[in-house]
Amino acid sequence: MKQGSVSWPLIAGFLALPTLLPLAASIASFARIDTELWSHLIEYVLPHVVPQTALILCVVSIGVSVLGTSLALLVSLFEFPGRRFFSWALILPLAIPGYVLATVFIGTLDYAGSVATILRQLGIPLPELRNSAGACLVLIAALYPYVYLVVRTSLASQGARVLEAARSMGLSPRQAVVRVALPLSAPAIIGGSLLAAMETLSDFGTVAAFNVDTLTTAIYKAWFSLFSVDAALQIAGILLLFVLCLIILQSRASAMARVDMSGPNAAPHRLRGTAARSASLFCSLILLLCLGLPVMQLVLWSLEYLSRADQRLIAAAKNSVSLGALAALLLGVAALILAYAIRRNPGRLTRMAMRTATLGYALPGALLAVGLFVPLAAMASVFNATFSLNIILQGGIGLMLLAYLVRFTAVAYAPIATGLAKIKPSLDEAARLAGHGALAQVSKVHLPLLRPGLAAACALVFVDVMKEMPITLMMRPFGWDTLAIRVFELTSEGEWEQAALPSLLIVIVGLLPVWLLVRNMDQRENKLHGPAT
Amino acid sequence: MRCLFAILLVFGSFLSLAAQATELTVYSARIEDLIKPVFDRYTAETGTKIRFITDKEGPLLQRLRAEGESSPADILITVDAGNLWQAAQLKVLQPVQSKVLEKNIPAHLRDAENYWFGLSIRARTIVYHSARIKPSELSSYEALASKSWKNRICLRTSKKVYNQSLVAMMLAELGGVRTEEVVKGWVANLAAAPFASDNEVLEAIASGRCDVGLVNSYYYGRMVRSNPDLPLKLYWPNQSPKKGEIGGVHVNVSGVGVTTHSPNREEAVRFIEWLSSSKAQQLFAALNLEFPVNPEVEPDPLTAHWGSFKQDQINLSEAGKRQAEAVRLMDRARYR
Repeated sequence: MKQGSVSWPLIAGFLALPTLLPLAASIASFARIDTELWSHLIEYVLPHVVPQTALILCVVSIGVSVLGTSLALLVSLFEFPGRRFFSWALILPLAIPGYVLATVFIGTLDYAGSVATILRQLGIPLPELRNSAGACLVLIAALYPYVYLVVRTSLASQGARVLEAARSMGLSPRQAVVRVALPLSAPAIIGGSLLAAMETLSDFGTVAAFNVDTLTTAIYKAWFSLFSVDAALQIAGILLLFVLCLIILQSRASAMARVDMSGPNAAPHRLRGTAARSASLFCSLILLLCLGLPVMQLVLWSLEYLSRADQRLIAAAKNSVSLGALAALLLGVAALILAYAIRRNPGRLTRMAMRTATLGYALPGALLAVGLFVPLAAMASVFNATFSLNIILQGGIGLMLLAYLVRFTAVAYAPIATGLAKIKPSLDEAARLAGHGALAQVSKVHLPLLRPGLAAACALVFVDVMKEMPITLMMRPFGWDTLAIRVFELTSEGEWEQAALPSLLIVIVGLLPVWLLVRNMDQRENKLHGPAT
Repeated sequence: MRCLFAILLVFGSFLSLAAQATELTVYSARIEDLIKPVFDRYTAETGTKIRFITDKEGPLLQRLRAEGESSPADILITVDAGNLWQAAQLKVLQPVQSKVLEKNIPAHLRDAENYWFGLSIRARTIVYHSARIKPSELSSYEALASKSWKNRICLRTSKKVYNQSLVAMMLAELGGVRTEEVVKGWVANLAAAPFASDNEVLEAIASGRCDVGLVNSYYYGRMVRSNPDLPLKLYWPNQSPKKGEIGGVHVNVSGVGVTTHSPNREEAVRFIEWLSSSKAQQLFAALNLEFPVNPEVEPDPLTAHWGSFKQDQINLSEAGKRQAEAVRLMDRARYR
């Protein structure tokens, strides 16, 4: 395959195609504006939800960036007691769905909650937490791993080396972090926080638990309560404007922050005394708050319902795992192709296609599910004469995987693109001069270097699919359960304690692959560059 | 290897669907635990198999619309009259003429044009803190809007359809001005921001954060069943309504309809008729501590223990017709 024989914009465009379906539905809906309904929305709904959405978006983006980056810098650049453990364990909160974290948070810390009640009896009343501040806290706790994982991946092969170089030039550790490591990881920070921001925009479960109104809750209100799918799609259009702003901000920031840097790994800087203890304490605290305590609460709730751990729950767990694994594989490949398209042909068309393909992550899940299902059903009924509709629509997991592709391309793309960007174009040149074709370049030169990024992408997609509800609900075959569907079933009538067991299983089944993946990645890293003692 | 696995999975699910027997297909917004035991009993009695899928109402309705004539669904089960009315509006249900259903289900709990039929009753009623409130202080939903209840009431979010239906029924009976006055009064009396669930409202009352709240009776039933010592009591409001008050306890239903393009219409109607019969009614209602719609059927002992009550008799279609209006009213009243 010679360079130039492939039309990269076309390939990227093909991957963006399914995302165009819900986007087209949103745009088409503007032909049917209900002015009376809109005057109500403009007077009573939007003035409340638009600023609130913007506020939550800002606070969460800043929060996850600060928390995720500081943790990633800490475990990548410094040596302190427990660093190796924290290095992978800090990714694990990824497996806890935001709605689960929110329920645990409210169930313990709100006025009637167990912890709040004890504290009140001790004379320490907690402030009101069922508001946007509480929602932001939970979203930050649930979403910081996106930034952490992407930044950590970007620092994996070079962080300590850079710090060492900076130190050898006479900078203090603090100066080295601020002047060298931070700018170096800027593209990763921006990429990771964009993911968290998009997830925040599309979130329904967490904000609904706090009864905080955002654009997403307004979309559902228009759809379910005011019975206007059109108005829902139109509000989704506003939400997409938010995403557009985010993307423009991101590309500006990334353009400013382009740094080429690579080299073998070196020993992380060893912290001593108070600094080392504070580092361990900080990591432990975050882990305890975001993983330890919520899991403990889930375990307590589960104990009562252990008898429900039947065959069926195990089957659901198996389905969740195979679905997650298939989606991770599919999206890993798709994102790799997309990232290559951008590398080989960074023209406007390719970039537009890439942007489009990643938009699905910001749309509320139920809207996306319907936005995909409706046009596909329409298409299917055209072919119905020769091809049974049931096979296409209820035919199994093929359609589900397509929907996941639309939803999660952004998640897989960010770590892979970050990884690919770090491979210097000069390396491609060298490989070409050495007589390697394009495919050989990829398999012999890029893939080994991309392994951490690919692993991160697959881990993110796997866990995200495990947690996903609306698409799975709408598109699963009859009688086909996943853990997230069990959680939905039990929570929709408010039976939170009964839902603790499947929630816990989501966490456990989601954690193991993430842990294996990260360990594997670290071990290879050590083999390549020598152990980071 | 994984690829092969994928192909097998997809192929396998095709195969399992290819084998079609005489069976009914149900789309349900009522969760599996509350419907499957009933389906299983029907299958045991008649041999008719029932396959089903559960989802939220909104996506289910859109799915039915999108599938159109090709839809495999025979029956839609959903909760709340608002959703049933909406299903009829979207033309995904068809009318059913049945003497059995007319006999078994009271007129105000089924659609006047026979598009849908209530199967179980859920009462949205007052729950109070038994140590802090005497039942004599309570009278009606509307009375909770008076100044004496300032900082004493807890409500669930207005985004929940249960509250939307209650306000819609008030709109139907009391008109816009009076209803808005009541809702604004409630909002002014809130002791805490509206909660995300009925369970949280109950916990807030039990913890002493507020004195009264509005919940569906089965949430109360479940909570006191698992924790009988809680200081919570149930009260039936509007039993002797004054002017400007609705005519009884606001009830809603979970209900059922035959889909427009049902491939097995006759079997579907037979199934719905069976659902309204005594045997099915007892099981269907008891699974969720609701009340049977069929007046011949005795309620579950726990729910019977709460005493009988006078229901608001206005046809529930009004809840659907006026739901959007009710939501706007609640938005205006800043009821979040």
